[in-house]
Amino acid sequence: MPKDIEPERGIGASSKRREDVRFLTGTGRYTDDINLRRQTHVFFLRSDVAHGRLTGVDTSAAEDMPGVLKIFTGADFAEIGGMPCGWQITDKHGQPMQEPKHPVLAHEKVRHVGEPIAAVVAETLAQARDAAEAIVVDIDELPAVVNMKDAVKEGAPKVHDDLTSNLCYDWGFVEENKAAVNKAFEEAAHVTTLELVNNRLVANPMEPRVAIGDYNRADGEHTLYTTSQNPHVIRLLMGAFVLGIPEHKLRVVAPDVGGGFGTKIFHYQEEAFCTFAAKAVGRPVKWTSSRSEAFMSDAHGRDHVTKIELALDADNNFTALRTDTYANMGAYLSTFAPSVPTWLHGTLMAGNYKTPLIYVNVKAVFTNTVPVDAYRGAGRPEATYQLERLIDKAAHELKVDPIKLRRQNFVTEFPYATPVAVEYDTGDYNATMDKLEEIADHAGFEARRKESEAKGKLRGFGVNCYIEACGIAPSNLVGQLGARAGLYESATVRVNATGGLVVMTGSHSHGQGHETSFAQVVADMIGIDENMVEIVHGDTSKVPMGMGTYGSRSLAVGGSAMVRATEKVIAKAKKIASHLLEASEGDIELKDGAFSVAGTDKSVAWGDVTLAAYVPHNYPLEEIEPGLEETAFYDPSNFTYPAGAYACEVELDPETGHVSIERFTAADDFGNVVNPMIVTGQVHGGLAQGIGQALLENCAYDEDGQLLSASYMDYAMPRASDLPFYDVDHSCQTPCTHNPLGVKGCGEAGAIGSPPAVVNAVLDAMRSGGKDVGHIDMPVSPARVWEAMNG
Amino acid sequence: MTQVKMTVNGKAASGEVEGRTLLVHFLRDDLELTGTHVGCDTSQCGACVVHVNGNAVKACTMFAVEADGAEVETIEGQAAEDGTLNTIQQAFQDHHGLQCGFCTPGMVMSAAALLKDNPKPSEAEVRHYLDGNICRCTGYHNIVKAIMAASGQDVSALAAE
Repeated sequence: MPKDIEPERGIGASSKRREDVRFLTGTGRYTDDINLRRQTHVFFLRSDVAHGRLTGVDTSAAEDMPGVLKIFTGADFAEIGGMPCGWQITDKHGQPMQEPKHPVLAHEKVRHVGEPIAAVVAETLAQARDAAEAIVVDIDELPAVVNMKDAVKEGAPKVHDDLTSNLCYDWGFVEENKAAVNKAFEEAAHVTTLELVNNRLVANPMEPRVAIGDYNRADGEHTLYTTSQNPHVIRLLMGAFVLGIPEHKLRVVAPDVGGGFGTKIFHYQEEAFCTFAAKAVGRPVKWTSSRSEAFMSDAHGRDHVTKIELALDADNNFTALRTDTYANMGAYLSTFAPSVPTWLHGTLMAGNYKTPLIYVNVKAVFTNTVPVDAYRGAGRPEATYQLERLIDKAAHELKVDPIKLRRQNFVTEFPYATPVAVEYDTGDYNATMDKLEEIADHAGFEARRKESEAKGKLRGFGVNCYIEACGIAPSNLVGQLGARAGLYESATVRVNATGGLVVMTGSHSHGQGHETSFAQVVADMIGIDENMVEIVHGDTSKVPMGMGTYGSRSLAVGGSAMVRATEKVIAKAKKIASHLLEASEGDIELKDGAFSVAGTDKSVAWGDVTLAAYVPHNYPLEEIEPGLEETAFYDPSNFTYPAGAYACEVELDPETGHVSIERFTAADDFGNVVNPMIVTGQVHGGLAQGIGQALLENCAYDEDGQLLSASYMDYAMPRASDLPFYDVDHSCQTPCTHNPLGVKGCGEAGAIGSPPAVVNAVLDAMRSGGKDVGHIDMPVSPARVWEAMNG
Repeated sequence: MTQVKMTVNGKAASGEVEGRTLLVHFLRDDLELTGTHVGCDTSQCGACVVHVNGNAVKACTMFAVEADGAEVETIEGQAAEDGTLNTIQQAFQDHHGLQCGFCTPGMVMSAAALLKDNPKPSEAEVRHYLDGNICRCTGYHNIVKAIMAASGQDVSALAAE
């Protein structure tokens, strides 16, 4: 929305973030800032080999080291439940996926570098670390499997001895369409084929993970402070499936959390360990991850190897799409790992296009690497990258304009049921493409290319579209698809006697600014100042229930629950107002924080009504209870489908292979927007992560399963000098048709939509230098570009 | 254990530390100034930037004993006594230069050091100076914008949004 027509407050206003003040003054409260009385520290001794039989863990010398309180090994957890997986996939033969046991501490075998083998609890972290060095670990090393295609070959070493192979599942989607898809390929006028790698990434929120376990002997209550995107989910998973603690005896607190990007969704061993050990040691147990530990223990992202084919008719209409993907699961199934390459990926293969026939095959594979799970976008960036690279390749093979080919095949009528199970409720892909061409100054590109060429550089323009399904999702649908949890959200709106409100939301903010934007919505609905609304999140003892923040669901699902609860509050307040005003309830109107009787000048202020609810001297006690507090659970009837078009302009130095991003333009349709400033910021951050994937980031293993990129010295995080100012627009708005705010998710779009534009631009630049290589894998490093240009 | 004394945000501070105790841990654990963060273990991320005797320093790269007798400034000392944000802090809020807030203290302290030496930096100079500060949330756009705005430059036309 252009700034000149933004409202000053409420929905649509760029309200400054209230949470900023504490973050800017060093008074935020992150988990590592919490120190409990009599706290102890744990250091995890982790495997330095990728695969081996654990034949001995001798802790005797370490136990006598200064400050050591207790040392735990896998044997201590042998009788305790393993780490649970929250999603079961059924393979193309109707069989459930292979699901290995995932111990809290390694037992009998180690299966990836970084797997915890022993845990030393000591008075100080330094003492715990010193003692860990005195533990003698005997491992009979086994050959590691790292490459996915090798891992599923006959006779490959098995990551899990008790599974039949390293294949977790072989998924076909939609299996019934396979024959029709193959027939369409036989009849195609043109087929474009592409093989590509979606590089493994590490999410790298700037705050490393932290867990503090505490146990109160007086009442038997456990408390876990943790860096989580969804404390209630951790409470359920850890309580019910790992440690056997009932939810009413377990409190999980996720205070200020320094970024998540998916990797803080999952339930990790360190959380279960600290909760367990606090009772066993009799004192609080704190773990703070170092960055090196984070690289080898936080769930990684992406890591797909794909062959994709597009069939077109003689008029360049897409007639069928076929994909074959290997998806790395790592050594164990992280919490939501199986859903990422399947339901979050296969269902998006239609993209923005009306391809009538689609078949997706995904083989999920166990390897001796860190588990892989959702990272910003989760499955949708992989789908978008394949499809948008493939369409660009098809356009060049057919010698047609890539934008024209896309436009020709756009879905233009809504609702649109794709052949891959989802139904897009609304959208306007030509509108975002029009906007993109305008603000990216597509028309001026050739002049800019000439300027670059005059400097001895090559310039390229790349474009792509994206659509994503987010705001996950209808519980009954995801249940059919294998989810082992509901995916609603809850909110409680508590109105105080003096008129202020506290909203307890199950969504969790770890950078998204909910404390500001959620307050804007409630304040707008009632017509009061935003500062009268407080948002509470991240504590299972304060918020009744929550499914948390991931999949761009906070406003679309959590915000909708909050709207529903606020509507209930308003409905009850109107009853009270009608009593106070001696008017019929149907005539009561709420505007600007006052209730009035339609067509009269009689009114009563919001604060008078709320006071009456708690001091019910003049109150309809025979009709309604005192008090003003309502809870709502909202279960969406569909995903939301944000979509857009992105353009990247690069300059390539043919001497060095270095690629610089000169311009990046994003035209998004997020439906209605609550806080444009925050939405723009979300897109900026997503773009940086997508550009990072395309140009810089790569999580690398050697053939023995050693992690080569385990620090910021080796893993190329995007820095300020790698990135440009972005041009971001979200003025194209087709409101979501099924949630009360008409909003779509915006958190992941930037990361989903940007990698193909970058790679398409690089290939365009190379072509302008006379080199048509067809494809180049990410990250498009100077070495890869130079080799491609000179190979 | 060694006794260290320093001035932190204008106030005398002291404590007993091991030789291996880093300045950042002394600030966080002994002085309970938890605004200075630890985001890595290779001196790359810059979440721990503080000022020691007027220079920007990564507090994870200095032992507490090395700061004995020094004047140390941290994020907690940047706002006025009444809570009013300083120019850089206010620019970060005005231009949405932070999201999760974890890298923010280091960014603000680095920006202050930059503007002291270079009161009107160009975009390229700001980006170059921030090479030692990693942010994963903002894509740097609004951080660069905030720092340029804090230096008194007009940032309204930097990019469409």
